[in-house]
Amino acid sequence: MFAVILVALFAKSLAPHDPKMINPAMMLKPPVWVDGGSSLHILGTDNLGRDILSRIIYGSQISLAVGISSVAFAGVIGVFVGLVAGYYGGFIDNILMRLVDSFLAIPTILFALVFLTIFGPSVPTLIVVLGITNWVQYARLVRGEVLSIKEREFVKAARSIGVRDCKIILRHLLPNVISPFIVISTLSVATTIILEASLSFLGLGIQPPTISWGGILSDGRDYVATSWWLATFPGMAITITVLAIIFLGDWLRDVLDPRDNH
Amino acid sequence: MVHIMEKKNKQQAKEEQYLLEVKGLKKYFDVSEGWLKKEKQYLKAVDDIDFYVKQGETLGIVGESGCGKSTTGNLIMQLLDKTEGEILFEGVDLSTLKGEALRKKRAEIQMIFQDPFSSLNPRMRVFEIIAEPLRTHQAAKGKKLENQVYELMEVVGLDRSYARRYPHEFSGGQRQRIGIARALALKPKLIICDEPVSALDVSIQSQILNLMAKLQKDFQLTYIFIAHGLPAVKHISDRVAVMYLGKIVEITTKEKLFHQPFHPYTEGLLSAVPIPDPTLREQKHRIILEGDMPSPANPPSGCRFHTRCPYAQEQCKGEEPKLIEEKPDHFVACHFPLKEGHGVLIDQ
Repeated sequence: MFAVILVALFAKSLAPHDPKMINPAMMLKPPVWVDGGSSLHILGTDNLGRDILSRIIYGSQISLAVGISSVAFAGVIGVFVGLVAGYYGGFIDNILMRLVDSFLAIPTILFALVFLTIFGPSVPTLIVVLGITNWVQYARLVRGEVLSIKEREFVKAARSIGVRDCKIILRHLLPNVISPFIVISTLSVATTIILEASLSFLGLGIQPPTISWGGILSDGRDYVATSWWLATFPGMAITITVLAIIFLGDWLRDVLDPRDNH
Repeated sequence: MVHIMEKKNKQQAKEEQYLLEVKGLKKYFDVSEGWLKKEKQYLKAVDDIDFYVKQGETLGIVGESGCGKSTTGNLIMQLLDKTEGEILFEGVDLSTLKGEALRKKRAEIQMIFQDPFSSLNPRMRVFEIIAEPLRTHQAAKGKKLENQVYELMEVVGLDRSYARRYPHEFSGGQRQRIGIARALALKPKLIICDEPVSALDVSIQSQILNLMAKLQKDFQLTYIFIAHGLPAVKHISDRVAVMYLGKIVEITTKEKLFHQPFHPYTEGLLSAVPIPDPTLREQKHRIILEGDMPSPANPPSGCRFHTRCPYAQEQCKGEEPKLIEEKPDHFVACHFPLKEGHGVLIDQ
C-alpha cells in the first residue's frame, strides 16, 4: 500500500515518459517481453503511442485521491448520522433512517450521472457525488453498532456520572464503532476506485487529458481483442491497490484495538 | 423538661431523616404491538412501590430476575423515566430535575454495575475511566486530578502502576474494583449496587463485599444493594426489601426477615439458601417454589404470588394485599402472614 502511495506521490520522477506524449511511431507496442516489444516502453503503448507504465503511474494520483477522499467524505457524514441516530433513537432515528432508505433507493450510477451532468464533471464534484452515494452504508453500519454498544453498561455508567451526550458519543461510542467502520471503508475505497472507473468509462468521470485508471481502462476496452495490454495493466493496478488497501484496513483495525497491543 | 424532650425528639427525627424516599413509584413499559392496535399493553416492571433509605444504612433489594429490582435502580439513577410516583433524594424529587440541574445532582448518586466486563469502556485506560467523573464535574485538574485518581486506586486496592493499562488486562474482581473507584470518585452520598458480585467467582465475591463494607464505614456511604438471592445481601444489608413481579412484598430489618419472615415468598427464598451444616438441614422447614414467575405484562389477579404460593386461599385470587406494618418496622403484603417458626438462624 505504501508502495502505491509512494508511486502516486513521486509520479513525476518515477515515470519513464511523459504520460500525455503522443508518439505515432510507437502506436500499440506490446510489453517488452512480448515479440515486437520495445525496452523503451516496458508495459507497451496505447493506441496513441503513449507509454502505459507512465500513464498508470500518473493515474494512481487521481484514482487514489478520488477513492480515499470520497470515502473520507462519505465516512464523516455516515458516521455522524449513524452515531446520532443510534444514540438518540426515537424520532431523530426514524427521520434519519428514512432519509438513508430513500438514498438507498436511488441507483448509484444514475444519480451520479444526473449529478455530474448538472454540475459538470470535475474531480471535486466526482468526490462529492461518490461521497453522497456512499455515506448511507456507513450510517447504517454505525447505527447498528451504536445500538448494541449503547446498551453496554459503560455507557450507562457514563450517563449516571453525568457525562454530556456529545462526550458520550465522542469518547465512548465513536472509539468502539471505529473498527468495523475502518474495515468497511477500506473495502469501499476499492469499490469507489472501480465506480470512478465506470463513470470515467461512461464519459462523466475524470475528463481527459487528466489521467485516471478508469480512463485508461476504458480507452483500452476497444483494443482488448487485439492489444490486451492496454486494459490489462490498469486493471491489474486497480486489483493490486484494492488488495493493498484491504490489507491496510486489517492492519489498522488490529493496531487500533487495545486488546492486541502487546 | 417538656421543652428539652421536644428538642430531643426533633433532633432524633432529623437524624433519622431519610436520604432517599420512594413514593408510589411506577414504571410501565409500553409493549403494545403494531401502531394500529388501539388497546395499549403495558409491562408493569415496577408497580407502585414505597420505601426509604436512611443515611448510612444499606438497603438490600432482593428478587428473581424480572421482578423489577434493576428497573428500580435505574429509575433512582434517572437512567429511566418513571411513569408515576416520587423519588425524593434529600427532599428533592429527582424525577423533576432536568438538564444541568440533574447533571449536577448525579454526582451525589453513583452506581456500581453487575458485569465488570461491560461496565468499563474497553478503549479507555484505567486512569481515564477513574478520572472521567472528576473531569465531568470539574472536581480536579492536572496534578491534583492525577493524585486523586491514584488515591482512589489505592483505596480500592489497585496498584497505581495499573493506571496505564486497559480493562481487558484485568480479572473480574480487579475490574469491579475499577468500577468501584469510579463510583467513589465524586464522593457520592448514595451508591446503587446492581448485583455487584453476582458475576464474580465466589472467592472474589467476599473480597469485594468486604471492600464495600470497609468503604461504607470509611466514607459514610449509603448503599442500595440489589441482588437476586438472599445470601448475597445477608452480610452487607441492614434492611431488606423483597420484590416480586414489580411489587415489594416484604420489607424489614435483616434480622427480622431471616428470623421470622411473614411473606411466603420470602420463606421460599430462604428455603433456597443452601445450608452448609448437614445436621441443621433436618431442622429447617423448607418450601420449594414451583414454576416460573408469571409475566409482568400479564400479572395474576389479586395477590401476584398466589399462583405459586403454597398457602394460597380464595381471598388471595381476588383481592390484592396492601403493604402493611404487621409488626413495628416490619412491612408485609400478604393476607395470611406466616406465623413464627419459618425463619432461619443467621450464622454470623
